[in-house]
Amino acid sequence: MNDVSFQLKGSAVSIVVLELYQFEAATFAQQLRDKVLQAPQFFQQSPVVISLDRLSDHATPDFCNLLNICREFNLQPLAFRSVPEHLAAQVQTTGLAVIPATQRSDSELGREVVKTVVEEKLVRRPSKVISRPVRSGQQVYAEGADLVVLAPVSEGAEVLADGDIHIYSTLRGRALAGVQGDIKANIFCQNLSAELVAIAGNFILSDALQKERWQQSAHIRLVGDSLHVSALS
Amino acid sequence: MAKIIVVTSGKGGVGKTTTSAAMGTGLALNGFKTVVIDFDVGLRNLDLIMGCERRVVYDFVNVIKQEANLSQALIKDKHTDNLFVLPASQTRDKDALTKEGVGAVLEELSETFDYIVCDSPAGIEKGAQMALYYADIAIVTTNPEVSSVRDSDRILGILQSKSRRAENGDEPVVEHLLLNRYNPERVDAGEMLSVEDVEEILAIPLLGVIPEDEAVLKASNSGTPIILDKESHAGQACADAVQRLLGKELEHRFLHAQKKGFFQRLLGGK
Repeated sequence: MNDVSFQLKGSAVSIVVLELYQFEAATFAQQLRDKVLQAPQFFQQSPVVISLDRLSDHATPDFCNLLNICREFNLQPLAFRSVPEHLAAQVQTTGLAVIPATQRSDSELGREVVKTVVEEKLVRRPSKVISRPVRSGQQVYAEGADLVVLAPVSEGAEVLADGDIHIYSTLRGRALAGVQGDIKANIFCQNLSAELVAIAGNFILSDALQKERWQQSAHIRLVGDSLHVSALS
Repeated sequence: MAKIIVVTSGKGGVGKTTTSAAMGTGLALNGFKTVVIDFDVGLRNLDLIMGCERRVVYDFVNVIKQEANLSQALIKDKHTDNLFVLPASQTRDKDALTKEGVGAVLEELSETFDYIVCDSPAGIEKGAQMALYYADIAIVTTNPEVSSVRDSDRILGILQSKSRRAENGDEPVVEHLLLNRYNPERVDAGEMLSVEDVEEILAIPLLGVIPEDEAVLKASNSGTPIILDKESHAGQACADAVQRLLGKELEHRFLHAQKKGFFQRLLGGK
């Protein structure tokens, strides 16, 4: 059987630190009340360490009074930290523990509370599917997704996508894939009659396209710095 | 409830007003009570084409501003029964048209008419948008020529995004293509886009092909809608288009160049 009564462990506990700059009972009480009222739930029976790190040099606070005020607002002072030598005796009379100064004592309470962890996750959005012709002057953008067009894209129309663009008809207008810089984006179309095609900012105009698979099915992708047009299938 | 038809094109000079007059007259000839409204405020033309310019007293803008009521402003056509014209104002501009004002007039007309034909001004700005906003059906008139086709494509985009039906998410506006001033000889010579080219680019159903015809200019100048000229090819093609609009299936005519006989070639006749 296990006859060990306890185990000592080192543990880092996140705790509220009250960094004292100066102490004048009435002002302190007023300011503490304001702070607590901002988040009463948070401060409910909250343990607190009082840091004297930034206490002005000649201040000699009344520590008993300080602790009383803290308790009045439902805080539970645990210890003092970074106690200057000339105040050590006085602090000892309060009976609370004394924690030596730490390297990091810079986080302010307000910021600590609101800091939330933002985890960046790759979110896949569903493709944007357009079934009616994209007419001259119209612009369709599939943000963070692929674009699928089941009808012609007219001259003077513009289709854009952060991902791939599929056009199951004639592309007469402009198609720009990977507009946020995705160099692996592709453009597929059944009839290439485009004014312009671009992938991640690299483009070719219709003059150049007319030498390659003009009015035929095409797959356009980026190879190195230049666009490569090949047959579908 | 009346059906609201807009005749529109984007580009100017492709035959919107001629088409509006012809289609309006054709619908009336088929027994439907029809009104043709001129939305080209400031460049009033429909009254000339329909031969009622001398009878304009009050106009569309007067009705919108409630300076006159509809019965005062509507002009009964003298050629055709069941047909009325609501002329545009020549002294105002397109800003006189408001969505609410136009809506109220169309609603009042809807109570007594079967068809309301809106003759749109050229362009894609306010006037054109007002004309197409309330439409149920659009007749997009185009000439077989690249700039006209591109502008028609643009107006089709606006029909899909700026019409009331698009805004409310209702059934989209029914789109029809009407190809004006078609000249088969020039198509054969490669100087003009073919019907197939235009149909492929615009991808909407073909309502009719009106051949290039001297009779059209004559009809316009004399103020008789071309559809009343039953001898002319253009008039016959318009009549066919009206039948198709009413749901009949007719074969398209006048699409191919007629072979000239020996004597015609010899004499250089048409």
